[in-house]
Amino acid sequence: MWALKDKYAIVGTGYTDYSKNSGTTVLNLATEACLNAANDAGLAPEEIDGLVSFQLNDSVPATSVAAAMGVPAVRYAVDIAGGGNAANLVILSAIAAIEAGLAKNVLCYRAMNGRSGFRLGGGREMQAHGITQFTAPFGWITYPQAMAMWCRRHMIKYGTTTDQLGTIAVTFRDNAALNPRAMQREPITLDDYRAARPIVDPFRMLDICLESDGACAVLVTSAERAKDLRHKPVYVMGGAYGGGANQGDDLFDCLRWADHSENYAAYIAADLWAGAGVGPEDVDVAEIYDCFTYSVVAQLEGLGFCQPGEGPDFVQGGRIARDGALPLNTHGGLLSEAYIHGLNHVVEAVDQLRGDAGPRQIPDAEIALTTAGAMTCGSALVLRR
Amino acid sequence: MYNKPLPVPDADTEPFWTGCREGRLLVQCCTACEAKRLPPERFCPHCHSVDSSWQAVSGRGTVYSWIVVRHPVPGDVYGGDVPYVVALIDLAEGVRIASNIIDCDPDAVAADMAVQVTFDPVTETVTLPKFRPV
Ligand SMILES: [Zn+2]
Repeated sequence: MWALKDKYAIVGTGYTDYSKNSGTTVLNLATEACLNAANDAGLAPEEIDGLVSFQLNDSVPATSVAAAMGVPAVRYAVDIAGGGNAANLVILSAIAAIEAGLAKNVLCYRAMNGRSGFRLGGGREMQAHGITQFTAPFGWITYPQAMAMWCRRHMIKYGTTTDQLGTIAVTFRDNAALNPRAMQREPITLDDYRAARPIVDPFRMLDICLESDGACAVLVTSAERAKDLRHKPVYVMGGAYGGGANQGDDLFDCLRWADHSENYAAYIAADLWAGAGVGPEDVDVAEIYDCFTYSVVAQLEGLGFCQPGEGPDFVQGGRIARDGALPLNTHGGLLSEAYIHGLNHVVEAVDQLRGDAGPRQIPDAEIALTTAGAMTCGSALVLRR
Repeated sequence: MYNKPLPVPDADTEPFWTGCREGRLLVQCCTACEAKRLPPERFCPHCHSVDSSWQAVSGRGTVYSWIVVRHPVPGDVYGGDVPYVVALIDLAEGVRIASNIIDCDPDAVAADMAVQVTFDPVTETVTLPKFRPV
């Protein structure tokens, strides 16, 4: 059971430009984001002694980034094999390492040329090994194709409609319009959403996240060390990682998952809230993993913001807008800011809790939720200023 | 020349693909606890036994969920196939399988629709189990 409430803090964030073509290497992106995070914290790169990242054979190892930064002594370097589910797990891993005495100041980063370089789920593999023997030969290959299957099950069970999902796409784009980091800042309407190109029913183009080149990083240290750094610390109240039975080894390893209308969130909710000592009703702003519009619905339900099946109604009527009861994805999310695989959600949460989010600032935001993952496993954090 | 992904059978899955080639849909059955499982795997997830047999099933099932692929990826491979349907099908014997629904208007696929396996010999060595409405 999590017993480290408020004992660790995020003290710095850093990021590169988010683009379709960075024109540089993944190593350069990672190093730039990490150096920016150290500078933001007011901590010399020489004081960094740990790095944690996650990747799907599309990035550079933590040790190579440490070398590029000139870190004199690496005491903790871990590369998690994982997708979006790991975007909050990297921070929990950093905390675990510091708590164990393995390191003191740990950078967590995600870096990729996800558009100009290695595009996830491109579907060029013609030999189907392992679990994909039972998926790829049927033309079930890409991420949107995978998640559409889960979304459809929610529609079957609860009558969810695409128009309800459209509200999520429109709201997040509205937020991105106020975010200088965002790749897509042109506001859209529900009619634009309805007119978007069908990709894989029930998803249209505007249900699907961006593909991005870029990197971001956050610096984690103890609450004690955080006291005399540049910014007011953002404390980690609680965090959890996990999922239900049959998590599998791959995006498509979901054939034995019992109920595809729910995802990992339902399984980590109890640990997350108990550890943080607060509940959904206490969250001022939430940055929810939005690889697809529908993913937001399943997580809101699983984490207890509403009952299973109520998510599509819950997000209507302005509730998730910046002036609503539960502002979501104030940066635009993976749908409209950039696909830095969910770690960019943590960067935004820190902006919000510091009061540094400019025109998209949620007034008096004290407690933020970040989540990461959409299917069988995932992670989440509760943060406070 | 068939240019789509083909299964590469391994120690656990080879009997399944041999069955398809022979026109039989096989599921793995634990000798110790009798739980059926698919996809195949060495250890029974319920009791961890490694003893199992293969049982031919009826090939009847119902649609649990489905998608209609309209944008082909890769375009040169699936361009001629869209729109096509991928479904999760609950077999009558209690296991779930992913496959295509064929011989059916994609817009006519519905939840709980009854389907029956049919075998599609896509190459000389690989036969894929597909499903059509009954
Ligand atoms: Zn067994």
